[in-house]
Amino acid sequence: MGTYTARMSQEAPNPAAPHGISLEQTRKIARLARLALTDAELAKAQLELSAVIGYVERLRELDLEGVEPLAGVSGAISEGELDEPGQMLPIEALASMGPAMQGRFLAIPKVLDEGGGA
Amino acid sequence: MSQVPQSMIEIRDAVLARRVSAAEVTKAALGAIERENGRINAFTQVFAKAAMENAARVDARLASGETPALAGVPIAVKDNMCTGPDLARPGDGAGYAGFTTCASRILEQYASPFTSTAVQRLIDAGAIIVGKTNLDEFAMGSSTEHSIFGATRNPWDVARVPGGSSGGSAAAVAAGLVPLALGSDTGGSIRQPAAFCGVFGLKPTYGRVSRYGLVAFASSLDQIGPITRNATDAALALEIMGGKDPLDGTSSLHASPRLAQMDPHDTEPLRIGVVKQARSGANHPAVAAALESTIAQYVKLGARIVEVDLPLIDHGIAAYYIVAPAEASSNLARLDGVRFGRRAKLGPGEGLEELYARSRGEGFGAEVKRRIMLGTHVLSSGYYDAYYNTALKVRRRLLGDFERAFETCDAIVMPATPGPAFRLGEKTGDPIAMYLEDVYTVTVNLAGLPGLSMPAGLAEVDGRALPVGVQLVGRAFDEARLLSIARRFERATDWHARQPPR
Repeated sequence: MGTYTARMSQEAPNPAAPHGISLEQTRKIARLARLALTDAELAKAQLELSAVIGYVERLRELDLEGVEPLAGVSGAISEGELDEPGQMLPIEALASMGPAMQGRFLAIPKVLDEGGGA
Repeated sequence: MSQVPQSMIEIRDAVLARRVSAAEVTKAALGAIERENGRINAFTQVFAKAAMENAARVDARLASGETPALAGVPIAVKDNMCTGPDLARPGDGAGYAGFTTCASRILEQYASPFTSTAVQRLIDAGAIIVGKTNLDEFAMGSSTEHSIFGATRNPWDVARVPGGSSGGSAAAVAAGLVPLALGSDTGGSIRQPAAFCGVFGLKPTYGRVSRYGLVAFASSLDQIGPITRNATDAALALEIMGGKDPLDGTSSLHASPRLAQMDPHDTEPLRIGVVKQARSGANHPAVAAALESTIAQYVKLGARIVEVDLPLIDHGIAAYYIVAPAEASSNLARLDGVRFGRRAKLGPGEGLEELYARSRGEGFGAEVKRRIMLGTHVLSSGYYDAYYNTALKVRRRLLGDFERAFETCDAIVMPATPGPAFRLGEKTGDPIAMYLEDVYTVTVNLAGLPGLSMPAGLAEVDGRALPVGVQLVGRAFDEARLLSIARRFERATDWHARQPPR
């Protein structure tokens, strides 16, 4: 008697399958996700993403013609509630969460060149 | 007092009757953590000093005539819920600070300026937070192995995982360190560890408990819930935590069920639905046996058993691993090295783009990166319809299947997990094997329904006894009935009273 895990793992496609994600695609996904990955991480991610995407392809077996997508389930939430500002945390408290501050401002590397900007 | 009593209500009653002080109970809990935590690594932080200060505050409240509902109950909080000095309410400061780490490098030093609503309500009711518990990074995992604090171990067998992602909370309750620990459940993260550790875990209906202050993983699925030793304690915790919160727009207007509202359900005719697909041969024999004996027990209690059909149960994981990563990739975008947490050191010529990518690359662990990338991919141009939209249609169908099932029954029974606790390292190399741990739990999140895992058997594995959980699922906002149905099982059996070997 196989367990669920053993049975389904065997169904995971190999990355050469049609649904496999290429290394180039993996690099693009990492860039979109703002994740700096090492070459080893990229290679591993390619295999694992291909396996997971291959697995979720099973949804295509289903006949979902005419089914409305359901993005969330929230019962009895208040509608038309006024969006009024309540008590807020002090700026110092919010700013204290950032890793680098200059006075009351979050510090980031320079984005525009000297004298730049439109 | 050297041991912490196992039940919240027992502690509360003893404290209210002044047979024992909140300070004495808290001291006992801290002592138990001191003795046991080294073995199981359930806690990421212990608030020894703040806990004793707050216990003294609760004792002072009692002396002034107050009778808070959780007077002196020591509790643990999963380390993805904010605990802050509560700057929004100066003067009231409960004094809990510590870090809210999500077991991640990127938030290792993150001190939240506020406290999550669920936690605040427990504090206001007289509970004492003794510490925060370990988890899979950002609650992504089923084993509590993906943590910068190292793996948590199962008190029943320290070579095995406690489940996850709320593994620290489940292990802490199972080891008798606290009678209540909070977990969060996005795809099974309360119920699966509760099953592995032989304790009671409730995922409330979506919207029942405010998510304010819970670090968001997948906002349409996440719920905070209690891990306890029994159904009644879980009901008491839910009564206090639940209900509308102006700070969470998705929290429901339904009033939280009061403990006493369970009672009338105790004598109702029982109608239990058994999921046809969950009786398959794919379960571990001990899980199959526990499921059948649970059904038999309900028959003995007079239940009418009906078979219900969840034809898409095998597609739940696939839909979940589109929806949850999609939401996670958006939610975790805020961790950018600028507004929160860790920032990478830049080399010469590197700018803002590198700051984001390097901070995130260094700060997130492998599983979190995997899910962010998965979510990014399924939401990216050209793939959205094929993946995300398809998953949302499956979600609609799953909800419809559950609603149809509840036309013929009041609770659905199925396994909590396909098998008992596995060994550390056994599944870390195979993400899909790990994801399939949640095959029975994810559909409940996708449908937004309340689900619980209760101890229902023991498996004999390699000469050791391991707990087995059975899951009950109820109608939306019908927790009072669902918990009563669990309590009727508890009163007829003693699985919930079993404790791990010391």
